[in-house]
Amino acid sequence: MDAARLEGILSRYEGEPYDLIPVLQEIQDNYGYLPKDEVKEVARRLKVPLTQIYSVATFYKMFSLVPKGRHQVKVCLGTTCHLKGGPRLVDSLCSRLGVEVGYTSKDGQFSLETVGCLGSCAQAPVMMVDDKYYARVTVDKVPKILKLYQS
Amino acid sequence: MPKFESLDHLNEYRRQLRARRDPAQPQVLVCAGPGCLPLGSEEVAAAFRAQMEERGLNGKVALKTSGCHGLCARGVRVLIRPQEIAYQKVTPGDVPEIVETTLVGGGVVERLLHEEPETHARCQHKTEIPFYRGQQSLVLRKLDVIDPESLDDYLALGGYRSLRKVFFEMTPDEVIDAVERSGLRGRGGGGFPTGRKWRICRDTEEPVKFVICNGDEGDPGAFMDRAVMEGDPHAVIEGMIIGAYAIGARRGYIYVRHEYPLAVKRLTLAIQQAREAGFLGKNILRSGFDFDIQISQGSGAFVCGEETALIASIEGHIGEPMPRPPYPAISGLFGQPTIINNVETWANVPEIINMGPEWFAAIGTEGSKGTKVFSLVGAIHHSGLVEVPMGTTLRQIVFDLGGGIPGGRAFKAVQTGGPSGGCIPAQFLDLPVDYDSLQQVGSIMGSGGLIVMDETSCMVDVARYFIGFLYEESCGKCTPCREGLKQLKKIYEDITHGRGEEHHLTLMEDLCAAMASASICGLGQSAVNPVLSTLKFFRHEYEAHIRDKKCPALVCRPLLTYTIDPEACTGCLACVRECPVGAISGVKKEAQEIDQELCIKCGLCYEVCQFDAVRRE
Ligand SMILES: Cc1cc2nc3c(=O)[nH]c(=O)nc-3n(C[C@H](O)[C@H](O)[C@H](O)COP(=O)(O)O)c2cc1C
Ligand code: FES
Repeated sequence: MDAARLEGILSRYEGEPYDLIPVLQEIQDNYGYLPKDEVKEVARRLKVPLTQIYSVATFYKMFSLVPKGRHQVKVCLGTTCHLKGGPRLVDSLCSRLGVEVGYTSKDGQFSLETVGCLGSCAQAPVMMVDDKYYARVTVDKVPKILKLYQS
Repeated sequence: MPKFESLDHLNEYRRQLRARRDPAQPQVLVCAGPGCLPLGSEEVAAAFRAQMEERGLNGKVALKTSGCHGLCARGVRVLIRPQEIAYQKVTPGDVPEIVETTLVGGGVVERLLHEEPETHARCQHKTEIPFYRGQQSLVLRKLDVIDPESLDDYLALGGYRSLRKVFFEMTPDEVIDAVERSGLRGRGGGGFPTGRKWRICRDTEEPVKFVICNGDEGDPGAFMDRAVMEGDPHAVIEGMIIGAYAIGARRGYIYVRHEYPLAVKRLTLAIQQAREAGFLGKNILRSGFDFDIQISQGSGAFVCGEETALIASIEGHIGEPMPRPPYPAISGLFGQPTIINNVETWANVPEIINMGPEWFAAIGTEGSKGTKVFSLVGAIHHSGLVEVPMGTTLRQIVFDLGGGIPGGRAFKAVQTGGPSGGCIPAQFLDLPVDYDSLQQVGSIMGSGGLIVMDETSCMVDVARYFIGFLYEESCGKCTPCREGLKQLKKIYEDITHGRGEEHHLTLMEDLCAAMASASICGLGQSAVNPVLSTLKFFRHEYEAHIRDKKCPALVCRPLLTYTIDPEACTGCLACVRECPVGAISGVKKEAQEIDQELCIKCGLCYEVCQFDAVRRE
């Protein structure tokens, strides 16, 4: 465990149980997942039982207990995107990346997720890779988008 | 920005700020709202910056990236002031021409003007575009005027002006009185009278109280709150200061979903600016009142939009709702009395104070006052954000503002209220939209998503979609919601896979009755709306799925067949490459064939075919 890295996060909080979710969010953003040793340390420092941490970590969709791929692909399946072909994008991505939703491709490059609504419904269907939005994505644009991230 | 020690100081600063600003100075406002951003607002703004530099216009022309301009369908939008020229679909490549023709030459680039879908009439000014003409902006009015990262912009438009009245001319009771008389009702879905909620909270004896802004905006298809948080963050903060003063809270939270990183960034900045300027913190403007706000981020759970679940989430727990009563106004965050209001509710408060409750109450209908912001999306020409007085009819919104349905297709339904709402058929298009009328037709106002559907949408699929969504999002605490959704989901799967039976329809109605009456929170209680409203108004579509094993709108996959028309097929093999199961075969440059045994009906071939050779029945 990288103690200094975790300390950098924990030092910004008061160390109270209600800091749990923001601390986990920072670890998730920083590490890409919630590593076991870090989680144990958080439990000790915030005086929160491990069971509560795992119940929180599995309840909220943003947390992952396993490492994610280098790039996060999120396909919107909000209502508008659902109506305008979001599910077909998911199919196309699954088959191109060889993964199911919620998993990471074998080469560790891409994790595929679906999300509720990205708030850009006027440009449905919408997908995101890392922090970049892609508007009005059709199935034939998928390989071109993925190529931008393949290294 | 100075720290304002007193009202006089603030007023003097505002006066100087206004004197410094030349209303005739040319301005370029590039929309960077939720709709335009993914189309490349940043690139367009960068192109303007570079061009203006090159043409020596820096300092002469003000360039701003602003919040949502509303007509997202035609993004990236650029507004040129003071002429109010509204350009649409602007790309970085168009920028040199705009700079040359409009900023330097004073002319207009015709081809970038708005064009009406039916008449092809061009509209030069924002005010001529029918989409804007029918609107009345209270909450959105600053979005295409200010730079959301500039407190000066907000102050120049009278921002934080309400604090004078509130702190120095009104008692907390008078503030609550004003909000009560305005008739403001919660914009987050339930429509509870805001003033009454504040009164209940004020009347509790507890010394420690909280205010919360609900920016979770979980309803898929809705982005009003995102646009307000990103485009006018100080309005939310100003509203919360007023509410905190009214009930006697010293601490506030803004709960934002983590899918909205820009909203988090803008609010964080605005809070910091407000602190530095002395609108938040100790002894605000020497009023003796202390108040501060912090941001709490959601972690991806729809149910956390429900107020008791949201409170649990801020406390560091999983977002399981609690039975009410006690209501949060009596016992909320950390067990203390807490007011929780929606983003749009808060954003309405400063203007109610500034303009007076009677002014606000004069807008809208008998039971629903003021305006409502809707995100108008789906099968519609002008998708985007609209703000109309309560009581505007669905027809006005969909056809006059929205420009109707593209492709000459027929209107089928409009879905309101997200997963807790219903689908409203054409016969109710003349319904005036307010809290009560929508409830009467089996839907709800909800937070303001309006999703228009045409004949290519299958209403069974739409209901199945919402049930699937809610099944995933149900926290699982109470049995009627958890098990009811599971069974409904299974029935929908049967129906859309051709295994539906006649008795399923009555079984669904029975399940809905149990869920509506026995679930703990609104998620389960209102989950029945998408089911019951489609069963009532689109029963024939269910019957087609069950009796004929057909999906009339050609949406429900297992009920479709895909074939290739040998006449039209050129043998380009695009479909062969796309097919995930290798079901398509044939010789190159000749007609291909789909193996019906292997075909999983994903429709990818249909979508990639450039020659319309794939048939779907
Ligand atoms: C399942 C569920 C989800 C909700 N999601 C939201 C939401 O995303 N935003 C919101 O403001 N209110 C939401 N609400 C309503 C809140 O519980 C609460 O009534 C509201 O925030 C109160 O503010 P208002 O009176 O200003 O509307 C939701 C309710 C339920 C039952
Ligand atoms: S439904 Fe996809 S962005 Fe809203």
